Amino acid sequence: MNTIKFNLDGKIVEIETEPFKRLIDLLRYDLNVMGIKEGCGEGECGACVILLDDKLVNSCLIAAGIIDGAKIETIDSIKETPLGKSIIEAFADFGAVQCGFCTPGMVVASYYILKNSAKLTEDEIRYKLSGNICRCTGYDSIVRAVLNVANTMGK
Amino acid sequence: MFHKISTSVKRLDSFSKARGDAQYIDDIDFGEIFHALLITSQISRGVIKVIKLPYLPEGYNVVTKDDVPMGGKNVVNIINLDWPAFATEEVNYYGQTIGLIVGPDKNKLFELLNKIEIVYEEKEGAFTIDEGLNCKGGPIYGHNNLFVDYNFEKGNPTKAFNEAYRVIEEEYETPFQEQVYMETQGMVGLIEDGKLTLYASCQCPFYIKKALCTILNLETEKVVVKQTVTGGGFGGKENFPSMLAAVLMVAVNKIRKPIKLILDRKEDMTITSKRHSSRTKIRAALDKNDYILGLDIDMILNGGAYESCSKVVLQRAIFHINSVYDFENVKVRGRAVATNTVPTDAFRGFGTPQAVFAIELFMSHLAKLKKENDVIFKKHYFIKRGGKTVTNGIMHTDVKLEEMWAAIKEKCNYEEKVKDFGRGNFKGVGAAFYLHGGGFTGDGEFKIIKSKVKLRILKGGYVEILASNVEMGQGVLTTFCKIVAEELNIPLDRVIYQNPDTSRVPDSGPTVASRSIFIVGKLLQKAAAKLKEKWNLSDECEVEENYESPVGLFWDGDALQGDAYVDYSYGICVVEVLVDPITFEVKTIGIWSIHDVGTPIDLKIVEGQICGGILQAMGYGYLEKLELKNGRYYQNTMTDYIIPTSLDFPTMDIMLFENTSPFGPFGAKGVGELPFDGAAAAFTLAVSMAIDRDLKKIPVTPEYIFEVLRH
Repeated sequence: MNTIKFNLDGKIVEIETEPFKRLIDLLRYDLNVMGIKEGCGEGECGACVILLDDKLVNSCLIAAGIIDGAKIETIDSIKETPLGKSIIEAFADFGAVQCGFCTPGMVVASYYILKNSAKLTEDEIRYKLSGNICRCTGYDSIVRAVLNVANTMGK
Repeated sequence: MFHKISTSVKRLDSFSKARGDAQYIDDIDFGEIFHALLITSQISRGVIKVIKLPYLPEGYNVVTKDDVPMGGKNVVNIINLDWPAFATEEVNYYGQTIGLIVGPDKNKLFELLNKIEIVYEEKEGAFTIDEGLNCKGGPIYGHNNLFVDYNFEKGNPTKAFNEAYRVIEEEYETPFQEQVYMETQGMVGLIEDGKLTLYASCQCPFYIKKALCTILNLETEKVVVKQTVTGGGFGGKENFPSMLAAVLMVAVNKIRKPIKLILDRKEDMTITSKRHSSRTKIRAALDKNDYILGLDIDMILNGGAYESCSKVVLQRAIFHINSVYDFENVKVRGRAVATNTVPTDAFRGFGTPQAVFAIELFMSHLAKLKKENDVIFKKHYFIKRGGKTVTNGIMHTDVKLEEMWAAIKEKCNYEEKVKDFGRGNFKGVGAAFYLHGGGFTGDGEFKIIKSKVKLRILKGGYVEILASNVEMGQGVLTTFCKIVAEELNIPLDRVIYQNPDTSRVPDSGPTVASRSIFIVGKLLQKAAAKLKEKWNLSDECEVEENYESPVGLFWDGDALQGDAYVDYSYGICVVEVLVDPITFEVKTIGIWSIHDVGTPIDLKIVEGQICGGILQAMGYGYLEKLELKNGRYYQNTMTDYIIPTSLDFPTMDIMLFENTSPFGPFGAKGVGELPFDGAAAAFTLAVSMAIDRDLKKIPVTPEYIFEVLRH
């Protein structure tokens, strides 16, 4: 067991953990961030994405030990930001939420691409969200929602 | 103009889900909890000789068939009682449940599970449809491996074939398909207020309850099932949760602790039920002008090791085998055959996509022989109001396929494209026509399900819906509330619908068969109308509504004759493709669709069902390969089993055609399954045109195109 210290959604957290524990398990079961979902456990579906030092990563592929000293942002803080709120609002407006299991991950990924792209076209959104699998919507409503936020932001 | 109810609202579950606040089964804190892992068969067929258990530390238990309580039956009560909950001596598929290992620490459980040694006497298995039919290794079910063998006729097919100028025969195959609901199967069992209580991600709380009463030998009031927020089902959570629940609750009954059973993705894909693979042979008796005199159809579904709901899937498949066409003379045979594979079960479409694929491909094949455009050829046979269905029922309501086609062909320039592309120029466009009967097949709604709903006025002027249909992504939480609010003419936020709990709600049936809006929604509308009259009588009151069979319909379940469905929804899907002449990869250029679902209860929700359904069907047609090797699936992870991403297909053009039904609420019909039914056929026809070859199976992968072009 090692003690790691990191910034989780704006708060400093110090916790004892097995260094090889999957980050998704540390966040879900030890720190109760239940908005992170496990869809596949092998980095294919994107339901568990988070921001690790401003990069979008699948938390099921990260070992807990390496986040010592890092900054982690999950759906829990992103949903309270102005951009996160407009994404969630757009998802509701465009009917982009069905079963909802992929949605928090989709919101986090959308937040990341909206923050880090100068300009976003429909094709670029499709490309940049292709690491997040949704089995319900057929994606069109999600793409429309993100495009709408991009347009509002002047992107 | 659609009814005003069609105007979209924000789905009531949008925010809690998008914010990550909605609690799925693995998100709920049940306090101190035990975990369970399944002990499953590692062979496809054989006899269990010995089970050697490792030393189990205190607090760890293995649960097997010997723990089924006195009087309880060790079966999964679905329709037939042939599927043992815990394998007895015999195992019949890879992944079949033998037992559970239960204890406080999940890592310790994995360690112990690896140390369990099971000695089998392995037997030769039957895996394919042919091996099943030939009873390879001896029968698995009955004396001939047939769960059922249905036969019926319309008109006089014998005479048609006797008078035929020529006979054309073709055979079509469709594969297994995995649902890939994003949330894997999961449930938690515990004892709450002295009752065995199950929280589950599921489609049918009352199905699970029935299965639990059977295996535990308990009175109905001693068992409670509560649905939790469900991350997709697509049919995969219709019957399979009953199997998991049965074994889990035997463990809870024995250990008397809360126990959680969550499958990881690989286990879920390895052992849960799939869409039935199928093989359909169609013979056509043609006159000298190549018009159809009669058809002879033989459809076989691979049912897997146990019956599950294969009979019912087969019924829907063969009742949709003539799809939108009214042929005068038809002979139909349908069989579901047992094999040593995971029991196949419900998946969106429920046999219809398999049937539509076969008949659409065959009709286009006949059109090509006749040198006629396939849409023009197909239109000769469109069923009309008053026409006869394949089961000699009457089409009682309006069929608007001609009008729908007129609208969609303009939108996608179908005729110009057919002319411009020619055949074999690596560009293609394909159109598929389809329909879907709403609600249970035959008299199922009246004789088996007998739905009941209640509405209750709560203090403060709120109305609560009491029903058992679950929100699993399709939007029923919102659409049910919209129906009641509209009928009562009250704001939407005055209506409450909670996830069903069998101790609180009446049984309004399972969440399947495109029935929630069409059947249960209508009951809710009627109940609301009743409630309106009582509104001022007291602060708190309750009304109840029971399903009644519509007058004037007829069904003979033994002969399979009559009105198989109360009403139908219709669809047309057009797909345009570009085939890479070197790699044979297929780029889909456009997807257009028009659907008649009566009155949409919410435009955005209906469009979401259509877009999602078509995309799943495009995966079925092009990407989703699920192959067996000795009864085991090669593809059992999301890395190996490819489902569509946002990059694989273009944005769709979705149109709705208004043709209200007298039977559904505000004129609505079913929509859940319909959009899945035709897209794979449309895609295949488009590729077929692009490479100028007949294609007879899906998925149409680049490898398959290569194989076809090489010959």
